[in-house]
Amino acid sequence: MADKIYRVNMTDLSTSIEDVPADWAGHGGRGLTSNIVAAEVPPSCHPLGSKNKLIFAPGLLSGTAASNSGRISAGAKSPLTGTIKESNSGGSSAQKLAKIGCKALIIEGQPQDDCWYSLTLKPGEVTISKEDDLVGKGNFAVVESVEKRFSDKIGIISIGQAGEMLMTGANISIKDPDSHLRSLGRGGLGAVMGSKKIKFIALDAGDAKVAIADVDAFRAANKVFSKALVSHPVSQALATYGTNVLVNIINESGGFPTKNFSTGQFEGHEQISGETMHDRIVERGGKPKHGCHSGCVIQCSQIYNDLKGKYKTSGFEYESIWAMGAGCTIDDLDQLAEMDHIMDDIGIDTIETAVAFGVAMQAGVLEFADADEMIRILKEEIALGTALGRIIGNGAGSVGRTYGMTQVPVVKNQAIPAYDPRAIKGIGITYATSTQGADHTMGYTIATEILGAGGTADPLAKEGQVELSRNLQIATAAIDSTGMCLFIAFAVLDDSTCLPALIDMINARFGINLTADDVTNLGMSILKTEHAFNLAAGFTNLDDRLPEFFATNPVPPHNAVWDFTGDEIDAFWNF
Amino acid sequence: MQVQVKLFAFFREGRFIREDKELPTGTTAGQVVDDLNIDREEVGVLMINSRHCTFETVLQEGDIYAIFPVIGGG
Repeated sequence: MADKIYRVNMTDLSTSIEDVPADWAGHGGRGLTSNIVAAEVPPSCHPLGSKNKLIFAPGLLSGTAASNSGRISAGAKSPLTGTIKESNSGGSSAQKLAKIGCKALIIEGQPQDDCWYSLTLKPGEVTISKEDDLVGKGNFAVVESVEKRFSDKIGIISIGQAGEMLMTGANISIKDPDSHLRSLGRGGLGAVMGSKKIKFIALDAGDAKVAIADVDAFRAANKVFSKALVSHPVSQALATYGTNVLVNIINESGGFPTKNFSTGQFEGHEQISGETMHDRIVERGGKPKHGCHSGCVIQCSQIYNDLKGKYKTSGFEYESIWAMGAGCTIDDLDQLAEMDHIMDDIGIDTIETAVAFGVAMQAGVLEFADADEMIRILKEEIALGTALGRIIGNGAGSVGRTYGMTQVPVVKNQAIPAYDPRAIKGIGITYATSTQGADHTMGYTIATEILGAGGTADPLAKEGQVELSRNLQIATAAIDSTGMCLFIAFAVLDDSTCLPALIDMINARFGINLTADDVTNLGMSILKTEHAFNLAAGFTNLDDRLPEFFATNPVPPHNAVWDFTGDEIDAFWNF
Repeated sequence: MQVQVKLFAFFREGRFIREDKELPTGTTAGQVVDDLNIDREEVGVLMINSRHCTFETVLQEGDIYAIFPVIGGG
């Protein structure tokens, strides 16, 4: 059965299943969500109003046997940034959607009553139901209850209390194969789902499978692709230490933002490092390696147990550990794991929220390093929607504005992640020019500046950084359309067999003849489509700038400042 | 001369996390890697005093020298 567009209108509670327009046929994942947002969402609309749309799309290869192809994309106009937004995540939902035959799920309109709803998708069927029981509940309770109603085989997309209360730090949770959670983390898309009054989406694929045009060619290409991934040393380190392997190297480089971006190294780095985390996981009978979706051959996730050996969290990522740890100067991994778990349950972005806490600490709302108070605020203020809870739950920019702070690390109101742009300058170009606010994953220059993948670049120098960020942002937009995990990029950069095998798989899946140039052009066209949406929404080149304090406050140990001119940054768009 | 050597990830196995070493003047970064029986092919990143360096870089008195295997994430 050909893939279809599943459409749900929450204003009149109608549904339809439509043929895929020719313009969208070659798209998947981010390319598809961004093209649909650009075509159907008025750029000037209120992100939480009836004219915004929330779109979910599996990648081009999701649901097939292709290794690491389980990423789902969600798109909308972001209530956090006001820009176009695509957020992607692992978990099982991309594979379920693809097997259902859903190329994209478009949720539009807004209920006119105060009722909450759920959606259920099956092959050829989409239904809207009223939901009462789970309103006000956290994501773990939602997963447990929805699995009881259906089965533990179904995919679940849900929001917690933060999304219900329309906080702009709210994320959308995606169930993983072990009924734990991954997150469509950034940009407040949980608030968009909350504004549509949808608590959860159940994905029941039954025994449906994805059709492959040329099975033999697909298998052969997947074999080459998988080998390139498995044999790359980065994959092996990720399986042992998780993404948290980065704590020590970014700290060593002097670009590890500490105490709300006041300095570039954290005294407690060793206690929160990937090496320490690995040893603790093993001691407590957890799992250092774990896949967030079936078919992942890298397995950078993990099962982190508490002192009693009981499950505490998984997908315990570098970015989250950095933001809660160095950002707020907390050096106790168990406390960070507790907060990670609570934030997953409430459904709020760990990066945005922990950076917001860092700003709040600098403002004197609570003390730096006070993990107990952070945990209390998460449980008793954010989860319950008190005034303070909403100030922090709306993100770092919200806290900064409320308390009159100038050291507020955001671009387009989205919190800057785990690399200081003064000491690692290429990533600053990505933060400034990304179509979606500060986001390291849009063009991960760290790979080249710090880790030596795909060449080298001096992180403290400006030369070549704009071009590096541009090339990576173009490549990333294309990868984000395939359903592939971004961690294939290390193998793509270093192993010449990897990218051709990926393209061969896309060709074998659909019976087409894409070339490497087509993939680059796809990336460029996605960036231009997203940029055009932002310009129509009222953004200008002057929004592609970092906060002033990066130019005025040198960051130790290198005492570097952000020194790109506006013209140098604007050259990014010369393609 | 005194140099502090720091190892990371699996390079620590059977070796150390951090050690102050007395080295002859003129010792290169690569020689320290070789003396530790670390395969140069497995080395991803070398830093002296928080700046990237190469196997050929000559160490100086008081340097802090960090040796990382090939790693990634993000």
